[in-house]
Amino acid sequence: MSDVKKIATRDSYGAALAELGAEYPQIVVLDADLSASTRTSVFKKALPDRHINCGIAEANMAGIAAGLATTGKIPFMSSFAMFAAGRCFEQIRNSIGYPHLNVKIGATHAGVTVGEDGASHECIEDIALMRTIPGMVILNPSDDVEARACARAAVEHEGPVYMRFGRSKVPVINDRPDYHFEIGKGTVIREGKDVTIVATGLCVDSAVTAGKLLEADGIDAEIINICTIKPLDEELIVASAKKTGKVLTAEEHSIIGGLGGAVCECLSEHYPVPVKRVGVPDVFGQSGTADQLMAYYGLDGQGIYQSVKSFLQQ
Amino acid sequence: MDKLTLQKKAVQVRKNILTGVYSAQAGHPGGSLSAADILTYLYFEELNTSPEMANDPDRDRFVLSKGHAAPGLYAVMAVRGYFPEEEIKTLRKLGSRLQGHPSIQYLPGVDMSTGSLGQGYSAAVGMALSAKLDQKAYRTYVLLGDGEIEEGQVWEASMFAGYHQLDNLCVIVDNNNLQIDGPIDTVCSPYPIDQKFEAFNFHVINIDGNDFDQIAAAFAEAKTVKGMPTAIIAHTVKGRGVSYMENNAAWHGTAPNTEQYEQAMAELTKAGEALCQM
Repeated sequence: MSDVKKIATRDSYGAALAELGAEYPQIVVLDADLSASTRTSVFKKALPDRHINCGIAEANMAGIAAGLATTGKIPFMSSFAMFAAGRCFEQIRNSIGYPHLNVKIGATHAGVTVGEDGASHECIEDIALMRTIPGMVILNPSDDVEARACARAAVEHEGPVYMRFGRSKVPVINDRPDYHFEIGKGTVIREGKDVTIVATGLCVDSAVTAGKLLEADGIDAEIINICTIKPLDEELIVASAKKTGKVLTAEEHSIIGGLGGAVCECLSEHYPVPVKRVGVPDVFGQSGTADQLMAYYGLDGQGIYQSVKSFLQQ
Repeated sequence: MDKLTLQKKAVQVRKNILTGVYSAQAGHPGGSLSAADILTYLYFEELNTSPEMANDPDRDRFVLSKGHAAPGLYAVMAVRGYFPEEEIKTLRKLGSRLQGHPSIQYLPGVDMSTGSLGQGYSAAVGMALSAKLDQKAYRTYVLLGDGEIEEGQVWEASMFAGYHQLDNLCVIVDNNNLQIDGPIDTVCSPYPIDQKFEAFNFHVINIDGNDFDQIAAAFAEAKTVKGMPTAIIAHTVKGRGVSYMENNAAWHGTAPNTEQYEQAMAELTKAGEALCQM
């Protein structure tokens, strides 16, 4: 596996911003003293006049983004997920969501793979928070290719978009000629008949690994990549549930209110089947390396493999 | 527009505030009445905007960051011709364009949805920043409550505006000295307000915010200031124009009953008649 190309999605975000900034003069990038970490520094280097450092004042940054959007700008506001979705929930809700302004939120360092910084910085609630805001699009890319596609789709979409990027390097899994990204559309990565694994973000790669381990055990898993958590591709999920009868969700997020919650809401209304939610249980994260934490919470390939096995034995 | 005409407009604005809040049997009369003269001056003299310019990218912007003074904003917009004055009676009612707090999704001419204190100010800073980025000449005005400035976000926005030298931004603090729980210096005092804004690199002007001469002079001065934003600390009377509401925190968010409404309208009618005899 060591020859697999690995890129952190925050790097993809920074590179995409610089590219999009050259194409779209309306784009303005806002940061809150984390531009080196969020990689908006890449945009700053290319287009310094349109990079605004708001200092350590995220609430004001969200409001400035809203004000810029009312004048026709396409603002991207960036910080760590904890400070974007968490600290600014109400600003995003009232100043961006309620007026349905064209603000793009690029939240980096999401989930437990923040790693060593520990629970204070490990945002595992952002998807749940953002899902409750009417009209908010939520994108959680699985790799470099998808992260770049998300940034472009966000620009082309009129309205607020929340994008979730990671700190740690992750394998590039979507680098294929037929890859196509569309907001609201999930992708079947592997067709199968015994169980459906619906994964998002970094857990998509874990699900692919789990799929191979399951195959060796004679279990034929269908794997779906859900990058757009809202609006959810309900049609795809229901169709797969009808085929397999069992659905497991996998996300680097709390099992409350994220992808697992969204899939349960969808299936309980449209086609009830047993669902197992894999994610961070109802606890705070902790310090450790990204790989250690993914393993600790059962979010790596081995963890998802084990969860599927026990789920199928129930 | 001469001072007398502005005063007459302000009487009509105050009547609309009372009618709106009375019809809704809810809303915030006190802080709408204190700001009525400032709002009247803004919409009839200061702002380069109009109902026809509601979507003009070069219009001046106004953000009512103290969004609970929505009855005041709607009152002046109605007098200015943004919508029929009769519509004031739909304030806060189901299906009305006049939501409890201003919303750009509901009412054309509103420049920012507000209501959660401190947030409109940041949006106004974003509008002013946008003008600087595009070298546009429009100015942005934002009205804050004096209780509102207890919000931390207000000082985040002030730090940004001062640092970025947004001289196209004019902040007005409606310093009526009362918030819901009482006088602002007995709740969690933001005084001295002028020195705080000065410390954040603002040009500060103290005025009587219910005096049109002083309001006019302050806005004229603000336009001449270069390299820093202006903060006008407008000393006002909460509930101004209705005797029993003046300087009484109880009228922050309470609607008058029929008798009280009739008394208020009679007082305002009398004030208007007095102006006509001048």
